[in-house]
Amino acid sequence: MPEALRGLGAVFYKESLHIRRDSMALLFALIIPIIQMTILGFGIDTNIRQVKTVVYDQDGRQEARELVNRLRNSDTFRVVGYVHSDHELNDAIVGARAKVGVKIPVDYSDQLIDRGTAQVLVLIDGSDSSVAGQALNVSTAIGLDESLRRVLPDRRALPVEVRPRLLFNPDSRSPNFFLPGLTAVLLLSVTTFLTAFSIVRERERGTLEQLFVTPVRPLGLLLGKILPYLVIGFVELCAILFFMRFVFLVPIHGHTLLLLLLSLPYLFVALSIGMLISTKAQTQAEAMQLAFLTFLPTIFFSGYIFPRETMPLPFYLLSFLVPATYFINITRGVILRGAGLMHLWVDALVLLGMGAGLLLLAAKRFQKKVIAT
Amino acid sequence: MPSGANGKPAAIRTENLTRRFGDFTAVQGVNLRVETGEIFGFLGPNGSGKTTVIKTLTGLLPVSEGAAWVDGLDVRTEAEQVRERVGYMSQQFSLYHDLTVAENLQFYGRIYGLPPARLRERLDYILTLSGLGAYLNRSAGKLSGGWKQRLALGCAMLHEPRIMFLDEPTAGIDPVARRQLWDLLFHLSSEGVTFFVTTHYMDEAERCSHVAYIYFSRLIADGTPAALKALPEITPPGTCRVEITAPDITRALALARQLPIIRSATVFGQSIHAVLDDCIEPAVLERQLTRQGVAVSEIRPLAATLEDVFVELTRLRQAKLEANHA
Repeated sequence: MPEALRGLGAVFYKESLHIRRDSMALLFALIIPIIQMTILGFGIDTNIRQVKTVVYDQDGRQEARELVNRLRNSDTFRVVGYVHSDHELNDAIVGARAKVGVKIPVDYSDQLIDRGTAQVLVLIDGSDSSVAGQALNVSTAIGLDESLRRVLPDRRALPVEVRPRLLFNPDSRSPNFFLPGLTAVLLLSVTTFLTAFSIVRERERGTLEQLFVTPVRPLGLLLGKILPYLVIGFVELCAILFFMRFVFLVPIHGHTLLLLLLSLPYLFVALSIGMLISTKAQTQAEAMQLAFLTFLPTIFFSGYIFPRETMPLPFYLLSFLVPATYFINITRGVILRGAGLMHLWVDALVLLGMGAGLLLLAAKRFQKKVIAT
Repeated sequence: MPSGANGKPAAIRTENLTRRFGDFTAVQGVNLRVETGEIFGFLGPNGSGKTTVIKTLTGLLPVSEGAAWVDGLDVRTEAEQVRERVGYMSQQFSLYHDLTVAENLQFYGRIYGLPPARLRERLDYILTLSGLGAYLNRSAGKLSGGWKQRLALGCAMLHEPRIMFLDEPTAGIDPVARRQLWDLLFHLSSEGVTFFVTTHYMDEAERCSHVAYIYFSRLIADGTPAALKALPEITPPGTCRVEITAPDITRALALARQLPIIRSATVFGQSIHAVLDDCIEPAVLERQLTRQGVAVSEIRPLAATLEDVFVELTRLRQAKLEANHA
C-alpha cells in the first residue's frame, strides 16, 4: 500500500466495527430516507387538479350552464359552490374557500346570441403561482375551445392542429419526475451527515488526538472512514431504487447497472463533503449545522424542484457547483430518458473530479496532524 | 543536573522550547534533557504547561520558538518519524469505548503496520505483562479506571516505542491500581524504555529518576530528587529539618513560629515540618518548645521531601514575580 494511504486498512476495520456495534443507528439511517420517500412519493403531485372554484351565475340560462359544465368536466376545476353577489365571490377567494371565481354576467346569453361575443370574468388567486398558472391556462383554453365550437358549428377540422406528445413520461406522473431527483437529496443523509459526524466524534472524545500520534496518514484516515459509508450509501441507493421501481412503479428506461455505476461518483462527492465538514467542525452540533448547509442548495439549485434554465444567471452558474445537479441529470437521464454512458460520462467525470478535489482539500487540512485549539 | 557529558544522545532534548497561543505563552524557554532509560517526572500545577510540552514533543502542536529533538529527530521537521518511535497516553481515556479490549489492541497493531506474526508476539507480551487477557472481549468503556489505563498503555506500546509520553496516567485511579501501573513502568524502564510522565502525586515523583517542575510556563526545577532536595534554597547549609508532633496543631504552629531557632514551619497532616537555623538536639528543641507552651508528643529529624522542594521553589518564584511587578 502506498505510504500516503497508510492506516487505511486499520481505520476501515475500526470504522466497520463502530457501525456494527451501533446497528440501531444504522438501521434508522437506512429506513428514514425510505419513509421520507414514501411520504413524498405519495404526497406530492405536481399536476394541478380539482382546483376549488365558485361560480356566480347571474345569467342562469342554458348557455351559462353549458359553460359551467365545460369547466366542471375539465378535471382542473371543481365547482364547490355558487355565490350570489360580487362581494360573496370576492370573499370566497380572500377566505381561501376557493382559488378560482367565475362570474357569468346577467346578459351572457343575450350577448352571445345577439352580438356573437360575450365576456366572462375569471378571478384567480395569484398567491399560489403553480395553481394560478394552470388555472389561467385551462380557463383560457376552455374559452378558446368554446369559441371555436360556436364559430365552427359543423365541427369542421381545424386548419392547424397541434398534437403534443409528452416523451418519457406520457401520463405526466409526478413520481416519475420527482423520485429520481429526490434520490439525490435522500442519499445525503446517509453520506454527508454520517461521515460529517464520524471524525468530529473522535475529536470530541479525544481519540483523534491519539490517532494523530500514530503514523496514520491523512488520506489513509479519510479513505478508511469513507469506504464503509460508501458501502452503506450504496445499499441505501439500491433500496431507494427498489422502492421507486416496485412501489411507485417508475419504469427505468436505461440500464440499472449503469445507473448504479454512475451513482458511485455522487456518493463519493457527498462523502467527501462530509469529511471536509468534519475537518472544520469542532463539535457534532457544528457539524450538523454545516451538513444542513448542503441540503438547501441540493434541493433548490440542482433542478430538483425548479428548472435551472429559468434561474437568474448568478444562480444558474451556482447550480454548476452543486453536485446533485449532475447526479439528477444522471438519474433522470438513465431512468426517464434511457440515456447511456455516451450521454452521461461528462456528469460522472465532473462528480469524480469534485470528490477527489474535496477529499484532497480535507486531507490537506489534516496534513500536519496538529490538534489546533 | 543531567548533562550530555557522557556523550550518549539524549532521548528527549529541548532548547528554549516556547509555545504561544495568541498572546498567551503556555511554555516559555524550556530547556530539558532526558536520558535514555530514565523515568522523567514532569510536575507542575494545572495549567502550567505540562500537557503543552508533551503535545509539542509528539508533534500535536507546532513549536512557536526554540527546538526539540525526540530520539535524535527534530520534531519540527520530522514529526512523522517521531510518531513511529514514541508512544503517547493522553490525559483523558482516548480509546474506543464501543470496541472490545482485543479490538482496540488489534486496531493499534494494524495502524502501526505490524506484520501479523509480530503483532501476535507483541500482543502476547502485552497481555502477559498487563494481565488484560481475562478482559479481551469486554468493551473498553466498561473497564474500571485502572484497567482502562493498562489498556491505553498497552495500545500505546504495541509498536515497541523507545520513548513513552504519559500525561497523568494515574489521575483518578485507585491506589492499588496506581501502584501496579508504576510497577509496570519500572519493569519497562529496566528494559530500556524512556518514560516522560506528568503527575500531581509526590509519591510518584519520588520514584522518578529525574524530575522537573514547571510553574507559570517556566521550568523552575530540574534534576534528580536527591539533587533538588539538596538545593541551597531548600536546605540552606547548616540548617536542619524536623517533624514536630503535637496536639492542637494550629496553636502549636503559632507558638513554634515565635521561637528564634525556627526559620520556617508549616503543617503537614497532623505534624509540623520545621526548618531549624541550627542543628540542635531534639531534646533541646523539645525543652524550648515546652517553655513556649507547646505540649510536644514527638520530635524526629526529617529529610526534605519533593513537596518541600516544590512548595519552597514556588514560593520563591512567586515572590520574584511579585517583586518584578512592583
